[in-house]
Amino acid sequence: MKYSYYPGCTLKSKATALDKYARASAAALGIELEEIDEWQCCGGVYPLGSDEIATKLASVRNLAAARDRGQELVTLCSACHHVLKRVNDDMRNVDDIRTRANNYMQLETPYAGETKVLHFLEVLRDVIGFDELKKKVVNPLTGKRIGAYYGCLLLRPGKLMAFDDPENPTIMEDFIRAIGAEPVVYPYRNECCGGYISLKEKERSKYLCLDITGSAKGWGAQMLITACPLCLYNINKAAGDVLPVYYFTELLAEALGVKEAADNE
Amino acid sequence: MQRIGVFVCHCGSNIAATVDVKKVTETALMEPGVVHAEDYQYMCSEAGQAKIAAAIAEKNLTGIVVCSCSPRMHETTFRTCAERAGINPYMVEIANIREHCSWIHKDVEEATKKAVILMRAAVAKVNLNTPLKPGESRVTKRALVIGGGIAGIQTALDIADAGYEVDIVEKTPSIGGRMSQLDKTFPTLDCSACILTPKMVEAAAHDKINIYTYSEVEQVSGFVGDFTVDIRKKARSVDMNKCTGCGLCQEKCPSKKTPSEFNRGLNTRTAIYTPFAQAIPNVPVIDREACIKFKTGKCGLCSKVCAAGAIDYEQKDEIITRKYGAIVVATGFDVIKLDKYDEYAYSQSRDVITSLELERIMNAAGPTKGHLQRLSDGREPKNIVFVQCVGSRCADERGKSYCSKICCMYTAKHAMLIRDKYPDVNVTVFYIDVRTPGKNFDEFYRRAVEEYGVNYIKGQVGKVCPEPDGSLTVYASDLLDNKQLRMSADMVVLAAAIEPSASVRQIATMLTASIDTNNFLTEAHPKLRPVESPTAGVFLSGVCQGPKDIPETVAQAGAAAVKAIGLLAKDKLMTNPCTAKADELMCNGCSQCANVCPYGAISYETRLVMGPGVRENRRVAVVNNALCQGCGACTVTCPSGAMDLQGFSNRQIIAEVDAICR
Repeated sequence: MKYSYYPGCTLKSKATALDKYARASAAALGIELEEIDEWQCCGGVYPLGSDEIATKLASVRNLAAARDRGQELVTLCSACHHVLKRVNDDMRNVDDIRTRANNYMQLETPYAGETKVLHFLEVLRDVIGFDELKKKVVNPLTGKRIGAYYGCLLLRPGKLMAFDDPENPTIMEDFIRAIGAEPVVYPYRNECCGGYISLKEKERSKYLCLDITGSAKGWGAQMLITACPLCLYNINKAAGDVLPVYYFTELLAEALGVKEAADNE
Repeated sequence: MQRIGVFVCHCGSNIAATVDVKKVTETALMEPGVVHAEDYQYMCSEAGQAKIAAAIAEKNLTGIVVCSCSPRMHETTFRTCAERAGINPYMVEIANIREHCSWIHKDVEEATKKAVILMRAAVAKVNLNTPLKPGESRVTKRALVIGGGIAGIQTALDIADAGYEVDIVEKTPSIGGRMSQLDKTFPTLDCSACILTPKMVEAAAHDKINIYTYSEVEQVSGFVGDFTVDIRKKARSVDMNKCTGCGLCQEKCPSKKTPSEFNRGLNTRTAIYTPFAQAIPNVPVIDREACIKFKTGKCGLCSKVCAAGAIDYEQKDEIITRKYGAIVVATGFDVIKLDKYDEYAYSQSRDVITSLELERIMNAAGPTKGHLQRLSDGREPKNIVFVQCVGSRCADERGKSYCSKICCMYTAKHAMLIRDKYPDVNVTVFYIDVRTPGKNFDEFYRRAVEEYGVNYIKGQVGKVCPEPDGSLTVYASDLLDNKQLRMSADMVVLAAAIEPSASVRQIATMLTASIDTNNFLTEAHPKLRPVESPTAGVFLSGVCQGPKDIPETVAQAGAAAVKAIGLLAKDKLMTNPCTAKADELMCNGCSQCANVCPYGAISYETRLVMGPGVRENRRVAVVNNALCQGCGACTVTCPSGAMDLQGFSNRQIIAEVDAICR
């Protein structure tokens, strides 16, 4: 199985762990992630302005690159996934944006949202299957009580992201079960960490992160996992002493027995 | 050649604002056969009908076309008018230029063009119309009521009191319905059981009422005045005639783990059970899915302890076939599933409950004997939050677009009852709007606020978080104060939307009664015929037609009964003369028409057929006009074109199509 892979900027700087463990795990699972050439920053935040296309062009280039390779596009970072998926939806369904973006870019073949954007977790669930994943686990994380922290970007807007039930998601809990650990369901798992507000109002973000970690700990979690570099940053900054938080790929690599090799690369 | 009059209605501005009615009138005069055309503001009014009658007399008309609203609205009106003026009612055709034209178009020129075309088609048809005479059919003097809740019980009592036989079919083991689950009723706070159970007893004791519980309608055929219905009496596994209702079997039954439907799963019941103590009939049923005897073959304890020898494991479902003149649907409602509303943590915490579950908790006969307590730990709550409109007035497909109508009032009732009995409990209600139209309803709500100190906050709850210490954190907005709230509660009560019972779809299909997008049964006219289904002989009672409270339900139940009585009081009904007819000269008796007839209206006989160059004994199709419903299935099946539908003959329909395509 070959996929186009879009790492995004953070995975090349602050969040290298999210990237390297994913690559190692993918290889162990027989998935080839082919990084697209000359990818550009997705923009980081989905631009809500409907009268401006410039902020969407970088994402369109990434999406068109995958289309030109004839592959589905796999993402890891929640924020990148969110932006790419939503811009893709605009290109597919919003005539005005599609027309103006294509007029500006003058691609060889105009882009109309043909690429399917998949989060790595969706590949695990829908392509490999959690039952299959479980069979490939060599080092089950037995006895670990893990809280899944979804944040908002993967789940919402629910209909468009079509990732899981935004109010009662199960994909990360199923993932935790597949790697042999015990999921801890806590009510704040789909609440916001504050996102970029932590740059401006640290206290507000801290307050939110303490709710998240406090609740998870109260319900018995020993650690949190996330797919989002910003969530991880905010929680570490504000509440890192309450609970440790890891990228889900790190635990995946550990369960598949490829973590050490990835660390030594 | 016909002498046709065309009458174009303005319908105030309903038609005239979009269709150039003068132009339609002028164009009509150029159509073949048309000798008179005029327009008028309200053709259905007395003055309008007088114009039609005058034109029929003066111009010696033989047929008329009325360009107006849907024939479902006023075809009968104009047919009656024509008949009074001396022409056969089936010489009247309606061109629907309102619903099919003016209401759905904006452009006057285009709409006028379409109205002219519709008028032409109707004129072309009238040119070929022939006078038809309706036959008669008998009326079976017995009514069927589907559903044994308060709506069905009231309808049955009213019909029976008028002297007609009524059967109630109820799918659960007892009549009583939702009302039997309630504790107190607004706005008077009288106990639900105290006003319902006497009615249940009255229905059971009435010599004109026959109740089939644990039974379902399986098949319906026939038509108004003469329905034939198959009722499946599910195997109760208990002999109704022998059982004394002593209850010993239920005490001894070792299978005790089935969630009680009556108590909304808050506690469990045995495999052999009556849903509640006041059940009617007071005869238990065996739930064969839960019964150890049925699952493993061993046990049989209930049979051993039954002194009356009423337990019958061999009992089978029984099909009862009965004829009815009228059918009343009273299938009631259920509470929506809350799986799409997990922000309220209904699936995560036992202390988040629905209002119907609270009814059971508050009920002295309920699982907590009426003591207000948390289901998780049995503690008395100190802070209760009510959330209104959970799934009602919902903008997306998660919930229902409509207002469930009863929630504002029952929430005020719950809040008041709790504050009355437990004055130290804080009660907060989050609402979008408080809707209390109804006699003494707003006064009731004001009492909750002013006398009982219930804290009403305008705003919706965004999230309920179960905390490890057992409390619930409620996040909400206070729209009047423009504040975000975070409060701690011990119990959260959700006013979940109501929806028609799931079985209504199947029943509507069997009755060919129409339902809307929310599965509520459609009335024949939303304002003028609110308790009748568009299907003749089918009437609507209670929430199956739309959300309503108990007083409204009882009122509608009475209205449905009156309509049913009006039908049953007739000895004969006029039948539709638009039935199929076989041309014996063309029919070769191939039997294909009988094969497709859903009403069994076609038979064959051998008779002497005489025509130009023909004189022979031949097998030909014969249509029974009393059974034929004019569906037309035979006419399109007939390979030789011998079968035709009177009033909708192939020639007439082709003439209409030709006129449209001209």
